[in-house]
Amino acid sequence: MVERVEDEAMIPPVLIELAQQFGALSFLAIGGVNTLIPEIHRRVVDVEHWLTDVDFAQAFAISQASPGPNMLIVSVIGWKVYGFLGALVATLALCLPTSLFTYAISHVWNRFRDAPLRIAIQRGLAPVTVGLVLATGYVLARTTDETLIAYAFTAVTAALALATRIHPLWFLVAAGGLGAMGAT
Amino acid sequence: MSEFSDSPPPSGVTLGELFVGFMKVGVSGFGGVLPFARRMLVDERHWMTEREFTEVLSLSQFLPGPNIINVSIIVGSRYQGPRGSIAASLGLMLMPFLIVLALAALYSRFDTLAAVRDATAAVSSAATGLIVAMGLKMARPLLGSAWQVVIVVLGFAAIALLRLPLLWTLAVLAPLSVACAWWSAWKMRR
Repeated sequence: MVERVEDEAMIPPVLIELAQQFGALSFLAIGGVNTLIPEIHRRVVDVEHWLTDVDFAQAFAISQASPGPNMLIVSVIGWKVYGFLGALVATLALCLPTSLFTYAISHVWNRFRDAPLRIAIQRGLAPVTVGLVLATGYVLARTTDETLIAYAFTAVTAALALATRIHPLWFLVAAGGLGAMGAT
Repeated sequence: MSEFSDSPPPSGVTLGELFVGFMKVGVSGFGGVLPFARRMLVDERHWMTEREFTEVLSLSQFLPGPNIINVSIIVGSRYQGPRGSIAASLGLMLMPFLIVLALAALYSRFDTLAAVRDATAAVSSAATGLIVAMGLKMARPLLGSAWQVVIVVLGFAAIALLRLPLLWTLAVLAPLSVACAWWSAWKMRR
């Protein structure tokens, strides 16, 4: 899965663009991929016009309905843009550069474990991450919720997820069932 | 398989075990698999202690990139060097990657059915609710400190309301927030 595509003349430009867009994004994912979703939407829908809002909402839903890390939305977007190769390129572009970086850093990390600057960085990034996750919720709601009932789905799920310990998957199953029966 | 180093145990975790262990983690969770990584590493296979896991996790969250992938890179390298990192991260991603593409392909075949389209839209709305809940949960412990609330609001406004590019938002907010954290720690020490 980690094969590189070497021959430049053979590579369709859109694959190179996918690699560039997601490669650049990977280093901005400071609080996990969920903080990246508004930026992915901005680039993929608003700037590159690869996907419509509806496509984007579908990609998000499919990635959430699938087991695994929540970065899979990137795989689905790559797939929608350029099939299997697009998915592979987008996924690798998002994982590979930061993985190499992590590999290098983790070996020198212990030396800095208690450095005050490191602690300040960690504490300082926490509220930034929270702001970005909340922004992700807002942007997703604006992108995916088209009716008042859809907004109600979002609100009720958020409230129940906060107030109860129900496994998150059940919310998706229930919503899917209600949606299929035409509740929205 | 054990290594001749003076730092205690971790020996004896093979490439195959890394691959399979992380594969199980990859297919276990929905909307994030970090809790399952903890269960596998600490409770089930005893590859690391709770404390070690917390350290690996905090480093993974601190570094850029998908957190769980960073966890697999660090854990893999610890037992089997670069090949361990590759085995663990491939194990983690392979099945979810194939499953999500199968779902996408299946979806594109049936998306002319209104019921399928409506179900997907509803799943998307609910999944959005889960992210809102996660953001609110994460915000709770920060509410006691004014500067942290200000940073949360600024980050939200920049990305959600003003739709500014993430790079510029981070370039301004991250140093500002770190400076605030530094300053508040300095104040506490005095």
